[in-house]
Amino acid sequence: MQSSASLQLVQDFTFKVYERPIARSILAVFFAFAVFGIFIAIIGRDPVEIYTKMFNGTLGSKVGLSEVGVRMIPFVLAALAASIPARVGLINVGGEGQLYIGAWASTGVAIYSDIPTIWLMLPAMAIAGFIGGAIWAGLAIALRHFRNVNEVITTLLSNYVAILFVNVFVFGAWKNPAGFGYPYTSNFEVQAVLPTIFDTRLHMGLVLPVVGIIATYMFLSRTRWGANMRAVGGNPDAARRRGIPVLRYIIIAMLIGGGLAGLAGMSEVSGIQHHLRPGISNNLGFMGFLASWMANHNPIAIIGTCFLIAIIVVGGDVLQFSGNLPSAAMLILIGLVLFSVLGFRKLERKTE
Amino acid sequence: MPITMPWFTKSRNLNPESPINGTESSFAKPVSDQDVSNTPPLIALRGITKRFGDLIANNDINLDIYGGEVHAVLGENGAGKSTLMKVIYGVNQPEEGTIQFRGRDVQIQSPRDSRDLGIGMVFQNFALIPALTVAENVALFLPDQGMVLSRSVITQQIQAISERYNLQVSPSARVRDITMGERQKVELIKLIMAKAKVLILDEPTSVLAPHEVDGLFEVFNELRRDGYAILFITHKIPEVLTSSDRITVLRHGSVVSTGAQRGITGDDLVSMMMGIELEAVSPRARIQSDIEYDSKKISYQREAIGSGVRAAIEFKDVWTTIEDDPRGLHGVTFKVMPGEMLGVAAISGNGQQELGETLLGMVKRKSGTILIEGEDIKGWSVSSILESGVSYISEDPISMAMVPDMRVDENLVLGELDNYNNGGVWLDLGGIRERITNALKTFPLQLAPHYMPVNQLSGGNVQRVILAREIELTRHARTTPKVLMAYYPTRGLDVITAEATRKLILEYRDRGGAIILISEDLEELLSLSNNIMVMFQGNIVGEFPTEAASIQEIGMLMTGTNK
Repeated sequence: MQSSASLQLVQDFTFKVYERPIARSILAVFFAFAVFGIFIAIIGRDPVEIYTKMFNGTLGSKVGLSEVGVRMIPFVLAALAASIPARVGLINVGGEGQLYIGAWASTGVAIYSDIPTIWLMLPAMAIAGFIGGAIWAGLAIALRHFRNVNEVITTLLSNYVAILFVNVFVFGAWKNPAGFGYPYTSNFEVQAVLPTIFDTRLHMGLVLPVVGIIATYMFLSRTRWGANMRAVGGNPDAARRRGIPVLRYIIIAMLIGGGLAGLAGMSEVSGIQHHLRPGISNNLGFMGFLASWMANHNPIAIIGTCFLIAIIVVGGDVLQFSGNLPSAAMLILIGLVLFSVLGFRKLERKTE
Repeated sequence: MPITMPWFTKSRNLNPESPINGTESSFAKPVSDQDVSNTPPLIALRGITKRFGDLIANNDINLDIYGGEVHAVLGENGAGKSTLMKVIYGVNQPEEGTIQFRGRDVQIQSPRDSRDLGIGMVFQNFALIPALTVAENVALFLPDQGMVLSRSVITQQIQAISERYNLQVSPSARVRDITMGERQKVELIKLIMAKAKVLILDEPTSVLAPHEVDGLFEVFNELRRDGYAILFITHKIPEVLTSSDRITVLRHGSVVSTGAQRGITGDDLVSMMMGIELEAVSPRARIQSDIEYDSKKISYQREAIGSGVRAAIEFKDVWTTIEDDPRGLHGVTFKVMPGEMLGVAAISGNGQQELGETLLGMVKRKSGTILIEGEDIKGWSVSSILESGVSYISEDPISMAMVPDMRVDENLVLGELDNYNNGGVWLDLGGIRERITNALKTFPLQLAPHYMPVNQLSGGNVQRVILAREIELTRHARTTPKVLMAYYPTRGLDVITAEATRKLILEYRDRGGAIILISEDLEELLSLSNNIMVMFQGNIVGEFPTEAASIQEIGMLMTGTNK
């Protein structure tokens, strides 16, 4: 009798934990790590050793932590770039391309404008990056509106166009004449570089995602425009019948999304690379997209998912350097985490 | 001991010459009560209890269903009818109680189990694939199909069943091109071909036009003759009285009464459903007295019209499609004066949907003008049309005019935040809720809690929210009543709430609002409207004052049979 009562308690507790979305997500992450551990064991490595190295290299040191932070900056911005359009029912797979165009536009300002002070230069670059990303996303919306082309296709394919577009410049007109023929632009002047903080690679671009998260959260949940935007995403026909200007909200959401991805590009060239070159973004836009879907497009939850993905990515680099695992293996782990988070998510059923 | 199976032998005894629809004028009931009670029940429910959390949807239900009977399950919204049917079909598993099928206990864990037993169900929103043909849909449903689809065999079988049971459909038609009534026939054919002997139908008449309802009951008759058990849910009492052999009334999840239809009156059923003795004055009579009172008002208004009051709303030769296309408006012209109600009678899909959608600008006009209080609304945005005083109770509120994931209060102010927020940037949810509560103080219908997402509400509760928004909140948030476009305003509501809703609509009219009422309930149309307009294939085929209208004539015009 005693044991059945305590069993009941345990069951109740498990049930309660399992009913919470956050608890389910954490459980899902552990599940993914466990599956990946089995995978590591199968290829003949010691999962305990691998995981220990991975976490020591990321969370266990100042350098590791700062590297996680460095990664999180573009991840969060790219994740917001997917989540804000998702609120009006759009799927923006174009974060990668919008990031490249943002990087390109801010590089143009950095190299070809004569703005003398850092206080004017960095905002000018940020604005250019935002506008660049927004225009690139706007193309997809224009095609959707005038030609009825699905934005998933246009945003996805325009990623490749954006990368080639940037290549045209870095291999051509913008190539650094003193760069030994490498496809780099010349290095930014000091006023175009985001200052680093805490003596690490972490840079002032950190401000962008912090402000972005807070602003997005406040906008969506606390303003009437945010409420209307949620209505547009929830049922565009109903929103239209109630007089909400649906098209305007769709355009605004997509432009803001593209702009934020553009800011990610700006922070990468200004904070990390200090010049524009091909391959500045190692799938940052796509990682952000995954982070947004894992977080169910919730701006607060995006912090968590981006943190997790940053740990895995940085941990992958650590393992690659130490020769334990190729960093591509980490893509498998990210994929496992994504699938199990989505798989553990509670199905929302209609009640009677 | 072998069990005798009279329904089985009966069904073998197919008689190809037996009279099909048309030779028999009325609904003869070939199976007598005696016949039914002598056979053992096909299905026997004993002590079925089904809970959803704290809610007891079905409480200790006993029910026998015999072969060769049409059994109506009657009850208000939320009485537990659908839940009980889903228990029999295996969608819901009861917490307590047993189900016997042909005298032995069975476990029905899933629809697959019930289909194996020979129980089939037609849901309210059918389970057909629009892009496939009728024959393909039927074939998909049948068990034990070979790898290769034998189209000709299936088609022949469909045609045989069509003829036998008066279920005419073209096997090669695509489901997306056929009417709701025909889709229902396809569902029935599917079940018959899958050898189901118990046919469960969830509100089968709700999608049908009046003449189709009669057709369905004739199909019931044919099926009954062959020993099928037909179990159908409804809340329409006249249908129960014309079509069923036995009636079970549910209230609050319990069986109030079950028995033969003979000798029962509509009033009995209403009081059983509601659990009250009806007041001496029936609701319908109360409405009638309102109308007498109103007729004075109307004559006053007619005078006012003579003295130059502008129509609240006017359609002038409005076209939305070309002439060949039967869907859409074809040169529709009418006007509704303030304080007047125009009833629109039409079978679903004959242009009445386009009236509201065209007024709002959701459907573009090809030509013609729409005037609100004499002003041409050409080029107006949706919000300025709403702002000018148009209320719109849409056909299917939850998909057309609400955000399903959002809460009741958010849906009450949907699209109107600018009006509630005094132009401020930040949402003042507390203030908004206070204003809603104040505005709804005198509203007679009880709404679901404000924090409930509307996709968790029953159809009746969704309807209450839309009524509160369009009739009550619009008045306070905007201007005085002007134009109300009301599609099926009492759909899904129980008797008492429906009555309160009719009163609300009459009040709206009496405060000077012009109403265009679209209803599938002809009696409701006739009892509320000043004028009736009949539409058929996008044309107005008849328009007359209500006093001069008869249901028969309207029915003829609606089906286009008077030519």
